[in-house]
Amino acid sequence: MEQWLSLLDSTIRVATPLVLAALAGMFSERSGVVDIGLEGKMLVAAFASGAAAFVTHSPWLGLLAGVMAAVSMAMVHAFVSVTYNGNQLISGMAINTIASGITPVLALAWFQQGGNTPQLDDDSRFHDITLPFADALSNVPVIGQLYSKLLSGHSVLVYLTIIIIPLVSWVVYRSRFGLRLRAVGENPHAADTAGVSVARVRYIALFWGGVLCGMAGTFLSVYQTGSFIKEMTAGKGFLALAALIFGKWRPLPAVSGCLLFAFADALQIRLEGVDLPVIGQIPSQAIQVIPYVLTVLLLAGFVGRAVAPKAIGVPFVKSR
Amino acid sequence: MTDFAIELAGISKRFGAVQANRDVTMHIAKGSIHGIIGENGAGKSTLMSILYGYYQADGGSIRVNGQEVRIRNSQEAIRLGIGMVHQHFMLVDTFTVLENIVLGAEGGLLLKQGMEQARAHLLQLNRDYSLEVDPDALVGELGVGLQQRVEILKALYRGADVLILDEPTAVLTPQEADHLFCILRALREQGKTVILITHKLREVMDITDAVTVMRAGTVVGNVRTAEVDKEKLADLMVGRKVSLKVDKAERLPGAAVLEVRDLNLTDARGVKLLDGLNFQVRAGEIVGIAGVSGNGQSELLEVLAGMVEPSSGEVRYHDQDLLLEKSSQPRAALYRQKGIAHVPEDRSREGLVKSFPMFENAILGYHNDKTISRRGLFSRQALLARTRDFIRQFDIRPDNAQLRVGLLSGGNQQKVVLAREIHANPDLLLIGQPTRGVDIGAIEFIHRRLVELRDAGKAILLVSVELEEILALSDRILVMAGGQISGEVAAKEADTLSLGLLMGGHKQ
Ligand SMILES: Nc1ncnc2c1ncn2[C@@H]1O[C@H](COP(=O)(O)OP(=O)(O)OP(=O)(O)O)[C@@H](O)[C@H]1O
Ligand SMILES: [Mg+2]
Repeated sequence: MEQWLSLLDSTIRVATPLVLAALAGMFSERSGVVDIGLEGKMLVAAFASGAAAFVTHSPWLGLLAGVMAAVSMAMVHAFVSVTYNGNQLISGMAINTIASGITPVLALAWFQQGGNTPQLDDDSRFHDITLPFADALSNVPVIGQLYSKLLSGHSVLVYLTIIIIPLVSWVVYRSRFGLRLRAVGENPHAADTAGVSVARVRYIALFWGGVLCGMAGTFLSVYQTGSFIKEMTAGKGFLALAALIFGKWRPLPAVSGCLLFAFADALQIRLEGVDLPVIGQIPSQAIQVIPYVLTVLLLAGFVGRAVAPKAIGVPFVKSR
Repeated sequence: MTDFAIELAGISKRFGAVQANRDVTMHIAKGSIHGIIGENGAGKSTLMSILYGYYQADGGSIRVNGQEVRIRNSQEAIRLGIGMVHQHFMLVDTFTVLENIVLGAEGGLLLKQGMEQARAHLLQLNRDYSLEVDPDALVGELGVGLQQRVEILKALYRGADVLILDEPTAVLTPQEADHLFCILRALREQGKTVILITHKLREVMDITDAVTVMRAGTVVGNVRTAEVDKEKLADLMVGRKVSLKVDKAERLPGAAVLEVRDLNLTDARGVKLLDGLNFQVRAGEIVGIAGVSGNGQSELLEVLAGMVEPSSGEVRYHDQDLLLEKSSQPRAALYRQKGIAHVPEDRSREGLVKSFPMFENAILGYHNDKTISRRGLFSRQALLARTRDFIRQFDIRPDNAQLRVGLLSGGNQQKVVLAREIHANPDLLLIGQPTRGVDIGAIEFIHRRLVELRDAGKAILLVSVELEEILALSDRILVMAGGQISGEVAAKEADTLSLGLLMGGHKQ
């Protein structure tokens, strides 16, 4: 039980930035804009929030800076691919390249710590929160334990994410914006003749994508490690994209995809250095590769045909 | 004094070198059905797109209900009570009917309330105009006829008083077209105004109150339908006498070019699409396949053109079974090389690459032709020369070989495909809906070309939902129903009634 709880507990921690990024990607891709720049937006946000939290000693101002940084990158992407009908893959790639180039350069120039930001002190970081009655309930079997060990003791960003998941799903399926979002990604010409501004919907979608990426990046630097580290996103943006495809561009299945990847990741950490019966010690390289192998397997075989939004990647040009 | 719903005055529109509309003036009476006819490329669709705010006119003015207005985009048109059913439907396939209808007019930030109201309203409209559309059906799963009604509903839901339909019957079966006309009449009774673009003079005579005839971007006539007949309209449209009959001499057919034996095609779900077909097409004859669309005709053409593998059977061409041929190239390419040309039913999806210029489309599938390419390189001169030849012969407008095919009017796109396939001088021509969306002048020309081809000893298999076309061209008529051939009639003895019975699946 204890072991399982702690495994699930780390699953939640690993999953949080993935979930945020996947939902961000869902907004942009559902609107018809390919978003391979999730990685870059997260990285920029991680840097901006780490730096701002260090300077201002406030994790919240860090979050604000992270969100603003990611949103501005998202707006560049929107400007290129919506306003100027540019190639969305190239624009996304450019965001990733710029992000991985500019963050260590600025970090070096401002903090002289080898491209990282200085370690945050306790006041400038997000901390784990103990939910009310967690201690009292910790002896109640199952429910109490689940509550105190699994649900309690996470950062506020985790709780925000837990609220955001149903909210996003609700927005996509139950709100006017959601309907327009889905229409614009599926058949922008239909949306346009029905009186919906395609460009506006895409801008808004990318904006909210930026906000979520900003939160994901902040989670990494201002909560998890307590500083920005060069290339700290390490492919999480792409993993989130894979989860999104795994979930066929639907919010809840995409979130389950993230949880699956996160679980594999948590398991991997746990398995490292452990002696298993018969096999003995598994080489750590073999273990580290688990989440990625899982990704390939899932995307190749188990998902079935993933039907992307039909208009994805195609700039909307009004013509016949 | 009559009240006018729409008054257009001096509308002009130019696309580059093409003057699509020139000083167009027309008045459309309230509560009437107003037809617009004209040759391919006459500017009908452009004019209506201007009225719907999709394009901006270069000059001229628009009045709606007597008020001068500027329509800068579709939203403004909708607000003025103008709705349009486009030539290509503007629907989201993955949405339900209801979702498609409320899109853009959701009535609030949340969907729930708006959807509920829309559902009630929709059921009301359904009843008023007997549209028979299920609000919860997925649009992508509906047939074209129903999708079109969804488009009409969309416009009505937005409070359209003026409904523009651009060649609505081009994609419909005759039954669906009849239903559509009932709907349009009901609309007129309720005081709505309908603008109908069509190439079918029969429809104009049947249903419109007044007609505007366009030619080369200008209006050449405004007439009351009651005061004209088909011949007069055809004259006005083309500017010369058009014969609506095909002159065709008796001719004895030669040896069989195509012979189909026990051909079957079953889809993934086990449904029999083609069910034990046996027939021949001989040199020098046109065999017409009549039938309500969706009874296996499209699949038959696809099998014969090598695009789809049949489940079993033989397709013999010049006495060799094509299905046994081995080749490294795709089947369709092989067939083409052997002299089987194919004009697909859906020209825009299967016959053309819309983003390519006309001269590249003019050789699609024939790119290995020695006269245009040498050692894998095209001779641009030869390409352009051939395309100009097509343009001249088929009167494709505008006469610019470099123009992107997607920018041509619907009928002119069709001419490009036809020109290409007929030019190949095939032994066997498979042709689906040859005159869909084509004006009567061009129909006359295309029919003549097909008969010429037949007289030159070629075999032609013609699929068409237009009974008149089948009757006019064919030497023999096969009727398909439910994937089977339900009967064969010699053209001389055929009439609409007996064919109709066979199309309904009554076997001979
Ligand atoms: N966006 C565009 N760019 C360039 N040329 C265009 C464009 N739209 C239309 N045209 C040209 O304007 C002319 C009128 O086209 P339009 O589609 O209005 O004809 P139409 O009367 O509807 O013909 P059809 O009966 O074949 O549908 C054509 O020559 C067409 O090639
Ligand atoms: Mg047209």
